[in-house]
Amino acid sequence: MTVDAIIVGSGPGGSTVADVLTAAGWSVVIFEKGRNHLIDLEDPSRLLGDYSNDEVKFIDRYFLGPDPFLEPRTFRVSPDEGDHSFVGEVNSIPTTVGGGGTHADGKVPRFREEDFSLLSTYGPQDGASVADWPLDYTELEPFYTDVERRIGVSGEAGANPFAAWRSGPYPMPPGPSMYGSKLSCAAAESLGFHPYPAPGATNSEPYDGRPACNNCGFCAYFGCPTHAKGDPVAMLQKALLSGNAELRPETFVSRIRTDGKRATGVDFIGPDGVEHSMDARYVVVAGGAVETPRLLLLSGLEHPLIGRHLMTHFQTIVVGGFADLRLHGERGRAVTEVHDDAIVPDDGSRAAAKEAGLPWMRGGMVEHGGPALPILEAKIYRWGRTHKENMRSSPMRDRLWAFTMQGEDLPVPTNRIDLDPTIRDVRGFPVARYTYKPHPHELAASAHHGPRLAAILAEMGAEWTSIVTSPGTPGGPGDRTSEHAPISRHVMGTARMGDDPATSVADSSGRLHQLPNVVIADSSVFVTSAGYGPTLTLAALAARSAAAMVG
Amino acid sequence: MPRWLTEDEYGVLTAMCERLIPADETPGATDAGVVDYIDGLLGAFSFDPPRIWAGGPSSGRFGGTPGFATFHPLTALDELAWRTRIEGSLGRPEREFNGAVVGLQEQYRSGLAMLGPDFAHCEGEEQDRRLHAHSDFTELVYGHACEGMYGAPEYGGNRDGVGWSNIGFAGDVQPRGWTDREVSEA
Repeated sequence: MTVDAIIVGSGPGGSTVADVLTAAGWSVVIFEKGRNHLIDLEDPSRLLGDYSNDEVKFIDRYFLGPDPFLEPRTFRVSPDEGDHSFVGEVNSIPTTVGGGGTHADGKVPRFREEDFSLLSTYGPQDGASVADWPLDYTELEPFYTDVERRIGVSGEAGANPFAAWRSGPYPMPPGPSMYGSKLSCAAAESLGFHPYPAPGATNSEPYDGRPACNNCGFCAYFGCPTHAKGDPVAMLQKALLSGNAELRPETFVSRIRTDGKRATGVDFIGPDGVEHSMDARYVVVAGGAVETPRLLLLSGLEHPLIGRHLMTHFQTIVVGGFADLRLHGERGRAVTEVHDDAIVPDDGSRAAAKEAGLPWMRGGMVEHGGPALPILEAKIYRWGRTHKENMRSSPMRDRLWAFTMQGEDLPVPTNRIDLDPTIRDVRGFPVARYTYKPHPHELAASAHHGPRLAAILAEMGAEWTSIVTSPGTPGGPGDRTSEHAPISRHVMGTARMGDDPATSVADSSGRLHQLPNVVIADSSVFVTSAGYGPTLTLAALAARSAAAMVG
Repeated sequence: MPRWLTEDEYGVLTAMCERLIPADETPGATDAGVVDYIDGLLGAFSFDPPRIWAGGPSSGRFGGTPGFATFHPLTALDELAWRTRIEGSLGRPEREFNGAVVGLQEQYRSGLAMLGPDFAHCEGEEQDRRLHAHSDFTELVYGHACEGMYGAPEYGGNRDGVGWSNIGFAGDVQPRGWTDREVSEA
């Protein structure tokens, strides 16, 4: 049997491709190495109802995978540390049907026009491979519009003065603002910032057969129990209901098979633990920017840039404590407002860049939010007599408000994914190894913007503020090896796209230069990271790549 | 009857957890059944399905059907991971693909023994001295104690939701959720 397309990975990228291809009548098999907790495969109109408001299950016990025992990853700051300095849970975006889309609270911003042309807009940076993308915002805009409709995105056009142009309104209006967010937005506005409703893959009203979000608050890190979050269940469900797609969970694709010029199919290990093969006209790789280069390397592909230019977002987390407020961050979506002021250079950031010896500096989208989960909170406090007093007065949860800046991370060739030489997964294959160290740009941007965010919290009435970053700064407080690994689930750039096969792995439609019927449909192809969550952009690129496949 | 701990170990762990999360004007670890949460984790495979992941999508506490009480069946790989984590690798090659693993059961058995058989009968100051002297074990237990105090009651702790009511946390609110007004106002 030869299917039209094998899709490796059922996250937002793979699901988008599956939706487009099956609508065009293609036969598709989707392989997912994680478990299925999302869709009843006997009757895809039914959802399984496995997700729940359960902190033990999702935070402490890896329900969405990957289990770090079965599928560890390794980390090192640089080769000076040897094979690796840490083994275990590194930046583990979910391994489950629905992929990374299941974990998030579903912020799905678009990039801005200049995000696609950093080199020509701002110029190079020493030690980084800053480059323009092989396509621009205008080419991608129809696909942004398309995937916003497929996913179901709520937002308010015109509310963000820094936003790229858009050809139409959001499919839905924004949902309700969190109480704390209303206060932090007012403080931010009084200091000249421009907060706006976060574009969300969360229904503010019934949409496409799924209900409106009921604000349960178990949002970031949890699958949505009501499926009010459209990313990526909406696309996956449509693909399966077309009758043209088959989804095979618990199935690990171990190799892309080729005849030297084209891919012919894949080898895979199913739940039976036995290796099988399947032939296909196309192989779409959508495992995310860690697992995708791992599969390309396991397949013996040899382009020198595979795995290089790994980018995450350099997170600057600024928290403030409020003795007189109860902010109840557990009510509502995890983030309801954001602001983009740190993304666009201004006089202050230009001066800070000059001071740091950098040609330019960009921060990232700033999320307004508060902690929601009591077990995470409890583990922060010391045990003993003070424990319950702390839990009742809740300085680290109910009286805390926070900004998280998703700082742009420059593409550095030595930051990379490769195969660890000694650590194996449960099936016996080498695991992905991170080698990652932030570029001075990220540290300088964080140092500049962090205090500006703290000032907003002070204006809001915070009695104290504190700034931490992820990855942690070597030599700084909390300097532990595991904390040098970035916690951001936003991973990008390990199979970058471009027109020149010497300086890029894939073309602007995600096709590998060396195997044109292998299509990358995830954030691996990103050339630069921008300061925005990658999901909508990777889904728009996937829709564009799929449209090119069906012609 | 404990699921995995011996009666003596159960007594030492009860005293230990009460020291970690003591009762004051509201219930502490003993009243919340924190030790039953830990014993339920160490003995997870004495339940069928194993008590690893509670079901969904709601508990029944805010309406809907009480799905939490029906635990998820595990796949062969899930079982391998959780048995290894709990029981240790025990020299079995399929559990040692990256080396030997010391399981939680062994960590608890040796940790509780280090605290001494008289631990439950010592004065609080002496108990704290021993807990500080074995801080790695104490931190391990404290993490689990927090889960048992503030996790869903279906895992055996947080009895009658006392952990949540003590701190004014509603817990799992599906399918009720929160109204727009409850989200947006103080």
